[in-house]
Amino acid sequence: MYLETPKKFIPLVEQAHRVAQEVFRPISRKYDLAEHEYPRELDLLASLMDGMNEGGEISAGAGKLKREDRKKDGGVRNGSNLSTVLGLAELCWGDVGLALTIPRQGLGNSAIAAVANEEQLKKFDRCWAAMAITEPASGSDSASISATAIPDGDHYVLNGEKIFVTAGDRANVVVVWASVDPSAGRAAIKSFVVEKGTPGMRLERLEHKLGIKASDTATLIFEDCRVPKENLLGSPEVQTEKGFGGVMQTFDNTRPVVAAMALGVGRASLERTRALFKKAGTDANYEGSYFNVSAVEAELYKMEADLEAARLLTVRAAWLADNGIPNSMEASMAKAKAGRVANHITLRCVHLCATMGYTETELLEKWSRDSKILDIFEGTQQIQLLVVARRLLNKSSKDLK
Amino acid sequence: MSFDPIAQGLSLLNRFAGAEWVHKYGVYDTAQKVAYNGSREGFKVAAAVARQFKAVKKLASPSRLPTADRAAGLFDLSLTDEQSMVRDMAQRFSREIVREAAEASEKECKAPEDFAESFAELGLAQFAVPESLGGAAAESWEVTQALVCEDMAHGDMGLAVAALTPVGVANALARWGSADQQARYLPEFAGDNPPAATVAVNERAPAFDPFALKTRATVGGDGYLINGEKTMVPLIDGAELFLVAAELVGSGPVLFLLEAGTEGLSLELEATMGARAGRFGTLKLDNVQVPQSALLGEEVGAVDYKEFIDRSHLAWAGLAVGTCQAVLDYVKEYCNERVAFGEPISHRQAVAFMIANIAIELEGMRLLLWRAASRAEAGKDFHREAYLAHVLCLEKGMEIGTNGVQLLGGHGFTKEHPVERWYRDLMAIGVMHGGPLL
Repeated sequence: MYLETPKKFIPLVEQAHRVAQEVFRPISRKYDLAEHEYPRELDLLASLMDGMNEGGEISAGAGKLKREDRKKDGGVRNGSNLSTVLGLAELCWGDVGLALTIPRQGLGNSAIAAVANEEQLKKFDRCWAAMAITEPASGSDSASISATAIPDGDHYVLNGEKIFVTAGDRANVVVVWASVDPSAGRAAIKSFVVEKGTPGMRLERLEHKLGIKASDTATLIFEDCRVPKENLLGSPEVQTEKGFGGVMQTFDNTRPVVAAMALGVGRASLERTRALFKKAGTDANYEGSYFNVSAVEAELYKMEADLEAARLLTVRAAWLADNGIPNSMEASMAKAKAGRVANHITLRCVHLCATMGYTETELLEKWSRDSKILDIFEGTQQIQLLVVARRLLNKSSKDLK
Repeated sequence: MSFDPIAQGLSLLNRFAGAEWVHKYGVYDTAQKVAYNGSREGFKVAAAVARQFKAVKKLASPSRLPTADRAAGLFDLSLTDEQSMVRDMAQRFSREIVREAAEASEKECKAPEDFAESFAELGLAQFAVPESLGGAAAESWEVTQALVCEDMAHGDMGLAVAALTPVGVANALARWGSADQQARYLPEFAGDNPPAATVAVNERAPAFDPFALKTRATVGGDGYLINGEKTMVPLIDGAELFLVAAELVGSGPVLFLLEAGTEGLSLELEATMGARAGRFGTLKLDNVQVPQSALLGEEVGAVDYKEFIDRSHLAWAGLAVGTCQAVLDYVKEYCNERVAFGEPISHRQAVAFMIANIAIELEGMRLLLWRAASRAEAGKDFHREAYLAHVLCLEKGMEIGTNGVQLLGGHGFTKEHPVERWYRDLMAIGVMHGGPLL
């Protein structure tokens, strides 16, 4: 049992931290105020990270998640899931919005990495892929999406409206979820890689949001948009439940990644708050028994304990994925815990730091706005609890609605 | 004071009801009443026991367990073969012996007669005793112990305390004992009949702080003079050896090894809300005069007292995790079977989400415990990790305890189900210092 940061990933973590510190933090407030403005500073960073990715397992974004098989010699693997989680937590310690808009590190990239075949992997190797699932009438219930992709010759013809597409304007491809046969239910839902500029696809608008303003959130319209058949990810067959399950499996990989984002922003708030209190004379140094320390100290310890629990749950979920062990429940546990804990910590730190927390001179108020989305996207708190509860209680979605 | 007929009448009625109760449920409860309420008759002397501690062989220097750094530098949650084996054994013991005895033991506030003996048969304490002193310990084993704490408490927290507290004393001796102290006591722990040994830290004070002890030791005679009172000491009346925390005036907190029969020691049973099979009580130290050799480590500064407290907090965190696991296992089954409004109540999100949250918080507690224990085992600093594990386990332990009862509704409030027992047990985490320690 060894629950420390793997030695081989320490350089990656340090590098990601430097990026967060030197690249993200200085421009954090700037792009919070200038919503929808493209953070040019990140182009250079993206090239740098492409280089890092080519180095093998080391990756700091969500681009290279892979489900691994169990190691044949029974040994333990620390791979791309773990390194991604560790790296991204550091980047989001810097700024969640900016981390979400690093070119070529989108969630769509994870989907491609997870289910694409060799040819597709090659074809979309250098792309920046956004993910388009949600529709105006279909949020958490992703099986009820109404976008269609009807086969027609060598193409699928896409129709529908997708909202909340992170980096939907900036990315150069979008992974779109649509049904190839609306009469066949959820089994017919497939994902398609649609390249920007494909006729019939257009940007409808960009959202104005509570937080993560550096990251653009697009509404995309597809009208008779023809997508080549080879851009379908996974199997084209409309199987029973299994087909949709395969698509949903992507989430087992990406939920720990979002959990990691929450860890980053949560730690940012907690560290800053501790520093401000230290300057003011309250040093939370784990001395003194829990019921004898000041209320502020006790609150800081409680939050740190919760954050540490969230962190280890997240690392565990990634470790399971790296070692080919099913982690659906554990991924949802991590996401549920990290999402709510980060949101709670960032909000409470505003309280604790009083006007220093609430005014724009510090980033605390920003972090408390940014964190909210982390308990919502990639499955809300409630959806995570459903996943966990169904697994624990051995219930189907029919029984436990 | 004027005579109040109503109060008098109520008091009479109350006594009568009490008598009826005893009558109805028989001698068993009578015994309990006598043992517990009757114990208020006062302190009794901590009688000397038959066992004579003496060194069979001499050690030139204290024998310390080497750290167990198994890290290939990779994050790894898997257990070693040895850990899995011990865990398997502990789980079986917990299922077949501990859980079976849980209900009766808590009523009697005592483990069954042969309990210590059957636990000794597992040979766990041998892992605390270095090979040079007849044990089987080759290296530090905090992770294994954390797992054992979990598994034993899954059976019953009180019995886990009864079983593991003596092992804790052996751990303290292995870690901080002088060569002579190790030679005198440790071989006994590796034998067939390990001594009942206990750890006394708590004192009667609101927001008790284990770093601000009122029990005082002063340098005097050829050693120390100790005065004070310790509460919630496990295994109070059977203990043959007490490890007692006291403030050495001018130096800070230290630990003393006191054998039962030492003059000036007296004890009293003390009923607790839960973990009752731990058989808690108060230990009074009235002008206890001990030689220098009674100071653990025999030198001031030999014991890292903060680490000692951390190690006990980790053991309690383990007990919390095991008990919470028992709650989770129980409510899962109950809520899947209990039907209301025409279907199992687990089909309702209000119920199912509570269970999901129990599982999520429990896994978090467990991982914090494991991280702290694995750092301890590898010889790394683990104070922060132990502190946070303790905070999380006491907060979430209480939450899981109360939700466990809530999920069974009125049934949870009765003694027909064990959830009310776990509710009471889990409150001990935030109260206890000392007792078992890794």
